[in-house]
Amino acid sequence: MGSVLTVRDINVYYGAIHAIKGISFDVNKGEIVTLIGANGAGKSTTLHTVSGLLRSRTGDIEFLGSSIARTPAHKIVSKGISHVPEGRRIFQGMTVEENLQMGAFVAKPERIAHNLEYVYEQFPRLKERTKQIAGTLSGGEQQMLAMGRALMSDPRLLMLDEPSMGLAPILVDQIFEIIQNLHKAGTTILLVEQNAQMALSVADRAYVIETGRITLSGTGEELARSDEVRKAYLGG
Amino acid sequence: MADRLFKSINARGLRGAVKGSEYKKEALISYGILVIGYILLQLGAMTGLIGHNLQGQFVPICVYISLAISLNLVVGISGELSLGHAGFMAVGAFTGIVITRVLENSIEFGPLRLIIAILAAAVMAAIAGFIIGIPILGLRGDYLAIVTLAFGEIVRNIMNVLYFGLDNNGHLKFAFNHTIEGIDTSQRVITGAIGATGVTKLATFTGAAILTAFTLFVVLNLKNSKQGRAIMAIRDNRIAGESIGLDVKKYKLMAFVVSASLAGMAGCMFGQNYSTLAPVKFNFNTSVLILVFVVLGGIGNIWGGMIAAALLTVLPEALRQFADYRMLTYAVVLILVMIGTYNPAIRARITAFVNKIKPKKKDKGKEKTGKEAA
Repeated sequence: MGSVLTVRDINVYYGAIHAIKGISFDVNKGEIVTLIGANGAGKSTTLHTVSGLLRSRTGDIEFLGSSIARTPAHKIVSKGISHVPEGRRIFQGMTVEENLQMGAFVAKPERIAHNLEYVYEQFPRLKERTKQIAGTLSGGEQQMLAMGRALMSDPRLLMLDEPSMGLAPILVDQIFEIIQNLHKAGTTILLVEQNAQMALSVADRAYVIETGRITLSGTGEELARSDEVRKAYLGG
Repeated sequence: MADRLFKSINARGLRGAVKGSEYKKEALISYGILVIGYILLQLGAMTGLIGHNLQGQFVPICVYISLAISLNLVVGISGELSLGHAGFMAVGAFTGIVITRVLENSIEFGPLRLIIAILAAAVMAAIAGFIIGIPILGLRGDYLAIVTLAFGEIVRNIMNVLYFGLDNNGHLKFAFNHTIEGIDTSQRVITGAIGATGVTKLATFTGAAILTAFTLFVVLNLKNSKQGRAIMAIRDNRIAGESIGLDVKKYKLMAFVVSASLAGMAGCMFGQNYSTLAPVKFNFNTSVLILVFVVLGGIGNIWGGMIAAALLTVLPEALRQFADYRMLTYAVVLILVMIGTYNPAIRARITAFVNKIKPKKKDKGKEKTGKEAA
């Protein structure tokens, strides 16, 4: 169980605002690690920093043993980190299949057909809609498409930002089932969620972020049982 | 390399024919318009049906079509508003004029001189596009439009004070004031605000049409390549583009520089069509004019822009006595088209009308395919 991602003491600023104040965590191979916390705690900012869209002023981010803290965003994807951004950012005007093909932009050409098969296996719903224009999919399907697209680049680490956002409870269940399936298939996942209950139920380990700092960490079960987390995030 | 990704999927039969046929259709219509237009105009000129005044518009028509195609690359495909296309055109035009004059004595053959001039114009305009593109492509939308507008004005104002001349040894010299050392006025190539005078016209209708075909070829192929797909993906959703590993700046810059370079080539052809050419020709109005072609033809619709460019170039010429109202006409047409295409009620009527006449078209299509099969 080697470490896939190691984040050490990162500090991220939006102009004068100190958004991330010295966060450190790691993700091991095959794990689901979740970052939970309230709105504005810094969860998404952390993911953006890992994927190179934002820069940390200090500290280091190591991925598979090499530092990626100064690697430009577009090269990080080909190194093996796939980021599913918040809010289902799909290519609205393209078909489902074209969206998936775009996801394989940095993948090795000989892997594309295989990856496409794998994605359709994981998301049978997408297979039924290959020729449909992505913008006409339902919210849940769009989320699946965004996740599927991220899987097309052969990621060693899949980062999911709020996959349950704005979805009906039954769809949330479906999405989390898929996350668990991916986990079983060996994908390492870093999950950011506001739905703490769901996130903790699938996570191997979890970190609680509050105003830019990690305040608690432990296994998913431990945190789900902890009084502080229950009071703050699980509604009693 | 360009199409490796999609070819490899094609090979597995996983990719539908939908996009391929769309590309073929677009290419067919675009090249078709060009070829048919060329033949019709040539015939018209030969039979004398098209008057002398209008024949003089043949090269500008081709040039404006090229400009509409290349601007569509930035506005339609890359999704950025550029108001400085005339600037790149000017860079190309004056580069071409200087080059052809310098080579006048060493290369006798006109078309070869023209080709060299066009290549030089393409390079200079590409350099200009690159220099302006690097700092501004971090900007989006309105801000980019303003900066490109300023660029167009800067080019025109530099040309207003720039003097080129050949000395007795045939060496090129330039200065930012009236007097260039060792050169008398008769050997000036470009004279500040007066512009270029005494240009040996090298542009021909056929040459201009070939240039337009080349522009079309470049833009259509770029649009349908892996890179083109990336450019359009970034236009659709920048964040999603970043998340799948696209280098946003690189692809935006690629579209911008290619577009600038093609505009430079068109500008060069334009400059070779007149014996005198003043910088004022490349003012803001011209940039807007090209944008009007693109908008009128439907943003991103290559052949729509071609038709719009041809019609709007011919129209003022055909209505020469109203030429003073040219810009007014454009404004009115633009307003009407915008209202027409974005008004649901009018749109519904147009759709209904199109549906009415559509079955006939389909029959024609069938006949054609039948003939092809036979």
